[in-house]
Amino acid sequence: MDSFTQRRRRDLILAAALAVIAACVPFFVKDVYVQNIMVLTLMYAALSQAWNILGGYCGQISLGHALYFGLGAYTTALLFTKFGVLPWFGMLGGGVISALIALALGYPTFRLRGHYFVIATIVIAEIGFLLFHNWDYAGAALGIDIPVRGDSWAKFQFTRSKLPFYYFALVFCCVAWFITWWLEDSKWGFWWRAVKDNPDAAESLGVVVFNSKMGAAAVSAFLTAIGGAFYAQFVSYIDPESVMTFQFSLLMALPAVLGGIGTLWGPVLGAVILIPMTELTRSFIGGSGRGVDLILYGAVIVVISLARPDGLLGLFSRRPASKGVSQ
Amino acid sequence: MGLLYGLLAVGLALIFGLMDVTNFAHGEFLMLAMYLTFFLFMFWAVDPLLSIPLVAAGMFVFGAVIYLVIIRFAMRAKANIGMVQIFATFGLAILMRGLAQFFFTPDYRSIPASFLGGKTISIFGVFLPVPQLVGALISILAFGALYFFMKKTDFGRALEATREDAGAVALVGIDKNKVFALGWGLGSALIGLAGGVMAIFFYIYPDVGASFALIAYVTVALGGFGSVFGAFAGGIIVGLVEATTAMILPPSLKSVGIYAVYLLVVFVRPRGLFGSI
Repeated sequence: MDSFTQRRRRDLILAAALAVIAACVPFFVKDVYVQNIMVLTLMYAALSQAWNILGGYCGQISLGHALYFGLGAYTTALLFTKFGVLPWFGMLGGGVISALIALALGYPTFRLRGHYFVIATIVIAEIGFLLFHNWDYAGAALGIDIPVRGDSWAKFQFTRSKLPFYYFALVFCCVAWFITWWLEDSKWGFWWRAVKDNPDAAESLGVVVFNSKMGAAAVSAFLTAIGGAFYAQFVSYIDPESVMTFQFSLLMALPAVLGGIGTLWGPVLGAVILIPMTELTRSFIGGSGRGVDLILYGAVIVVISLARPDGLLGLFSRRPASKGVSQ
Repeated sequence: MGLLYGLLAVGLALIFGLMDVTNFAHGEFLMLAMYLTFFLFMFWAVDPLLSIPLVAAGMFVFGAVIYLVIIRFAMRAKANIGMVQIFATFGLAILMRGLAQFFFTPDYRSIPASFLGGKTISIFGVFLPVPQLVGALISILAFGALYFFMKKTDFGRALEATREDAGAVALVGIDKNKVFALGWGLGSALIGLAGGVMAIFFYIYPDVGASFALIAYVTVALGGFGSVFGAFAGGIIVGLVEATTAMILPPSLKSVGIYAVYLLVVFVRPRGLFGSI
């Protein structure tokens, strides 16, 4: 138990150090293009962290998280453009709506297991995508163009600089990390890992499996929606294709899986490697329009998932990453 | 259309359901089969109807090779094997799409004048497009052959046994890799059949597979994993539901009906209609 406490303290110190370093980076990196990539990296790290709570710790593989992301983005954008509600309230509102919807959807879906569950999550998100695609009030396929009302923190709009977005993304990423860190040692964290390893055994030992899954889903959906709201403000234009597709659900899970599923640092590591790689290949060799970037990207995913099935995090620790927590 | 979904789903069912391997590159296999048909037609003027067996054979080899080169290793993972398979095949899907863009360009293509293309036939006053009818006929034949194959031959039984317990079958002298490679080949050959037929009346482009892949997964799950018959029945149901939804809702929402039916079925019966796992 002692080493567990030590490890947790070490994680916290490491995270604080990394956060301070990340906060200083913009003083040295002035290039807007690079800053853009950094914002996206932090956002994906946070989103993947959120996905990891349900998919990694609790073992409920959801490939429909684009639904919550889209709900967060749309709630914020709609409230702002139609009613002038400040994005901050929209962000919270989107989070609450997503969490409630996750609970409502969890009620029937958490009885399903294995592939049936995964496909149900995909299908539900796809229904959401199609509904938004045909919902005229929300701009249907054209989406919503968020009007520029001047730079301010209150309206969470910044046209001249990307730095405010960078710092928000950093805080968001730290919060997501900290929530995961905190939950890891709470009774929920232990319940989730028990549910993941063997739901039947967990149930017999008094873990209410169903409630544990519901809790994980609500936290995960809430955080994902915050990410969606942030994204809407960041790009100031959303449409169903850009925030709600199946591809997007996979992209949220990918950093966690490549970095180390069900681990504290996996999503961060995965995002730091994956997102810059995606963006750089896209802009440097994707311009030909002939899919070379896709070839590389696909090949890297295949190679990593075959070579390091436990995630890249395994390279850094002597013990297998997936077992680190239980010891 | 339902029968074609059935055929597509049976190919996937064989890989996904019977061998318990998630294949997210299924749609890209279909895309490849459609391109094969297209190029056979363009360069050697082989009519799609004749090239279907050739495409199926080509896809058989392709599927077996993919298993030996990639999937075999994905199945070796100890932890979170499901995710490894999902993302290895997802990576493969992106890779194949990229390669298709590179070599075939992203242009939409179609087979201009095939023997069957655009013809209709009148049965009791109802006009039906011939290519779809031929597709349906091929689907039924292929399904019958596969059903017989799985239930009556040694190989079919070996395949089922290997999924159940790979260690035990090794003891009786069955090589797991050989059986699964053949299974992948067979599954891919079925996709080849479907692709050959579909190339006649669908546009061919690098992303074409994505639109069918999800429906194929839903079909397999609807019918229930581990059941070839279930996948076929699922295909027919999906086809009917799609046609019905298209009459009630705007065409862009036609898939919603399929998804809703899937959810209803699994909420009532968590193993799909005929599933055993």
